[in-house]
Amino acid sequence: MDFFSVLYYRVKKVWKAVRLYLVIAGPGLVVMIADNDAGGITTYAATGAKYGYHLIWFLLLLIPVAYYVQEMTVRLGAVTKRGHAEAIFESFGAFWGWFSLLDLMIVDWLTLVTEFVGMTAALSIFGVPAWLTVVLVVLLMSIIVLNGRYWTWEKIALGFCLLNLIYIPAAFMVNPSMADIAAQGLIPNLPGGLNNELFFLLMANIGTTIAPWMLFFQQSSVVDKGLQEKDIKMGKIDTFIGSIITVAIAIFIVIVTGTLLHGAPIDDAATAARLLMKTNHYVGAFMAIGLFDAGLLGAICISLASSWAFGEIFGWAHSLNTKVKEAPWFYISFFFTLATAGVVPLIPGAPLVIITLFVQVVAVTLLPAALVFLILLLNDKKTMGEYANTPLQNIVSTIIVVAIIILSTLYGVSALFPNMFN
Amino acid sequence: MRAVKQFLSKIREINLRYAKPQVEMSRAVSFSLAVLRIYLFLLVVLMIYKFITVIKVI
Repeated sequence: MDFFSVLYYRVKKVWKAVRLYLVIAGPGLVVMIADNDAGGITTYAATGAKYGYHLIWFLLLLIPVAYYVQEMTVRLGAVTKRGHAEAIFESFGAFWGWFSLLDLMIVDWLTLVTEFVGMTAALSIFGVPAWLTVVLVVLLMSIIVLNGRYWTWEKIALGFCLLNLIYIPAAFMVNPSMADIAAQGLIPNLPGGLNNELFFLLMANIGTTIAPWMLFFQQSSVVDKGLQEKDIKMGKIDTFIGSIITVAIAIFIVIVTGTLLHGAPIDDAATAARLLMKTNHYVGAFMAIGLFDAGLLGAICISLASSWAFGEIFGWAHSLNTKVKEAPWFYISFFFTLATAGVVPLIPGAPLVIITLFVQVVAVTLLPAALVFLILLLNDKKTMGEYANTPLQNIVSTIIVVAIIILSTLYGVSALFPNMFN
Repeated sequence: MRAVKQFLSKIREINLRYAKPQVEMSRAVSFSLAVLRIYLFLLVVLMIYKFITVIKVI
């Protein structure tokens, strides 16, 4: 009898924790899975095609990197009830505030263009013209955003996150050798030695894992959802689960292209999908659907990150819980960013390569600043109280941030001067 | 014209509201911000250099 009482009590306790998690889950999962955006899918597809399973161990290292950076935004948002842009303005003054806001606006818009490029390329595989893809995406995002409730928006976004798992069945369909994955992928190694090409790809993988918009998005999302200090623990679990899922998806993409396209020159994920279709129609189709979904998720989050940031600073109502009448500027800025970015891939001869290059370079100017501000804000005991960084958290996050800054700077500089490291 | 004036006055209002940084300017904070300024300055110099070399080639 005692055994069953204890069992009943424990099951009830676990179920209560699961239910609480399901209520709080969202910002961490969405931001992490949206991190695998169109550019990210291209990077992972290229990684698998170039180096097979050899860099899976490196992707696993990115789980703690993504988690430690993003969990700080959860604490900051829940304690201060302010978005990242507002926190920078208030704590560091107008100069750093405007710098961050304008940089965010530029990098978000450019990234949004690359999401549209990915989405139009993905649906073109199924014969959908680019203009129709752009119109459909803008309509779809209007329906998602204009419902007037954060909760509904988040659940729809989580639905699209689920679709991102399409790479898992795709990886099983290509029948990879588990022994090869374990032998080649799980033991740290640098295939062919550390050369310029490998270094560039490693840096690209880091660059897709931590992007400036993610910091702004998750913090604003935590605030808009209304998470409190008591929710921080669950918010951190949410972020941790998200960081595992995002890396798992990346690994499954690497397995797909590493199995079927090893050695093939892959410049973008759409090319990978086309080549995969020749070998296995369904796997190719899954890759294309996943690419479209990744671009859509990225677009949803990135455009919101900008609108939230502007709303915070300009004092506009800026919540998904508000109707258009109550927060006109929030929705106008959202659709303006979306529509102008969507038009670019439709312009014949648009400089898409230069735009991709600019995303990398501009992100390098914003990312270090945003990360340094994050650590400084998390050390402000006056504001953060008991939720300020502990010495151990400071050591871990500082090592991660310094490494990211060095590598992302090298990535940005090598994008500007491709022959510099030859 | 009126909209531009309103926008500019809003910018001035924001600048005024956030004129004084609220964070405690400890040595660590001042050092971090100084390093960040130097880093960004060097990055901008690199970008300008790249821009000039590209223009020269064109």
